Amino acid sequence: MSWSSSNYLCLSSSSSVTQFSRCKLPCESEGQRGKCQDLNRATNISAYNSLKPPSFKLDKGQRRNDHVLKKPRNISAYYSLKPPPYKFDALEPYMSKRTLEVHWGEHHRGYVESLNKYLGKDDILYGYTLDELIRVTYNNGNPLPEYNVAAQVWNHDFFWESMQPGGGNLPILGLLEQIEKDFGSFSNFREEFIETALTLFGSGWVWLVLKRNEKRLAIATTTNAVTPLVWDDIPLLSLDMWEHSYYLDYKNDKARYVNVFMDHLVSWNAALARMARAQSFVNLGEPKIPVA
Amino acid sequence: MALRTLATRKTLGAFSTFPQQLRGLQTFTLPDLAYDYGALEPAISGDIMQLHHQKHHQTYITNYNKALEQLDDAIAKGDASTAVKLQSAIKFNGGGHVNHSIFWKNLAPTKEGGGEPPHGSLGWAIDQSYGSVEKLIAKMNAEGAAVQGSGWVWLAVDKELKRLVVETTANQDPLVTKGPSLVPLIGIDVWEHAYYLQYKNVRPDYLKNIWKVINWKYASEIYEKECP
Repeated sequence: MSWSSSNYLCLSSSSSVTQFSRCKLPCESEGQRGKCQDLNRATNISAYNSLKPPSFKLDKGQRRNDHVLKKPRNISAYYSLKPPPYKFDALEPYMSKRTLEVHWGEHHRGYVESLNKYLGKDDILYGYTLDELIRVTYNNGNPLPEYNVAAQVWNHDFFWESMQPGGGNLPILGLLEQIEKDFGSFSNFREEFIETALTLFGSGWVWLVLKRNEKRLAIATTTNAVTPLVWDDIPLLSLDMWEHSYYLDYKNDKARYVNVFMDHLVSWNAALARMARAQSFVNLGEPKIPVA
Repeated sequence: MALRTLATRKTLGAFSTFPQQLRGLQTFTLPDLAYDYGALEPAISGDIMQLHHQKHHQTYITNYNKALEQLDDAIAKGDASTAVKLQSAIKFNGGGHVNHSIFWKNLAPTKEGGGEPPHGSLGWAIDQSYGSVEKLIAKMNAEGAAVQGSGWVWLAVDKELKRLVVETTANQDPLVTKGPSLVPLIGIDVWEHAYYLQYKNVRPDYLKNIWKVINWKYASEIYEKECP
């Protein structure tokens, strides 16, 4: 009978001294009869060297109970605005510095600030990672008001990483093989992607996704802030087809924007990395069983 | 019926310069504005007006004509699935044409009465339903700013119930999708292309300023026609 010990990091700011307490629950199977005893052994690791744990003497009968997780008060968790992995002018002349300044600095930042404001209102959505938050607030098609901002924060993070300076060209290795398998050829895929982007009505996103159930790549479009995460598919690339994304550079010439994205901006490295990670969730081919 | 379409197709090939007269189908053309592109400054810049009119509206019209042609063909051939598939393109592009045609009439330069609050029966109705024109403007601005993505915000009159409503529609859906008896009086385009070059992402500023060039006279005319 083996139990796995769970290590969890508790962060609390209820006292003036911020303490990081690591609470371990080991379980020793030998010498124990019946139930396993939890040995909550706390190790106080002072966050700062200058601060010492409290040294006051306890009254008779009192116990120093700093091994017990205190209910955290005044906790504030927030999402931060992550900058794109390149300088703003690195994507010139295909996406101007001004576009990045406005798109990231105002739109994306605005979404992050709205999200933090929403989350600051009450504790109900506390504790989720951004992925989980998106799924929860999507509410199976009946999105809560936090959904749009949360999803747009995630979408834009994903979008910046889907582009790189000197991008475009062809995908390599396994991604190219998979594209050729699912679309016939890379140029078929490129044409389909561009056509899908141009026939999208209104604001939305175009995605290259790995579909979990069908175990294949596909092109998906979503409106407004929807993301393939809510259908449990794994996105590999995204293209922002909201007008704010291309208006400053291309005005209403969507076709040029999409072509430029495909030729010069798309980051196949990022897509390859994402697909490699996705393959730990989706089995794309026959398992490679080594022959003895 | 088939004979007629065959005849029009042949003549279409021969006299391709006069398609409107020979086909049973009417093509749509870009309506002219009653004012210069720069006449609405500083509320809406001339660049935006020119792009909006010559590029966006024209694209909607071109695609609408194309979709109508394809629909005509599909109906003639009895191809039901194509006919149904074209519906979304028709709703989008046709709706875009309808909405923008109303929009150009909703705007007027300040010299020609843009921004002047409504008098007469429309003014009374607004005061009764919303308290004052300012309160109506505040409500429309709030709804317009809250539209996710692309859409329109409308002040409409329900011609059956004879009352004013404020509605929003998504993408280019025409107002009738929100209620078959709604007649648009004022529509404000809150697609990003309508304000991005000037206001960037600050849609509330655009909504605040556009009221300085809204043509209430046109709205009053429509209202008096529906609710005499």
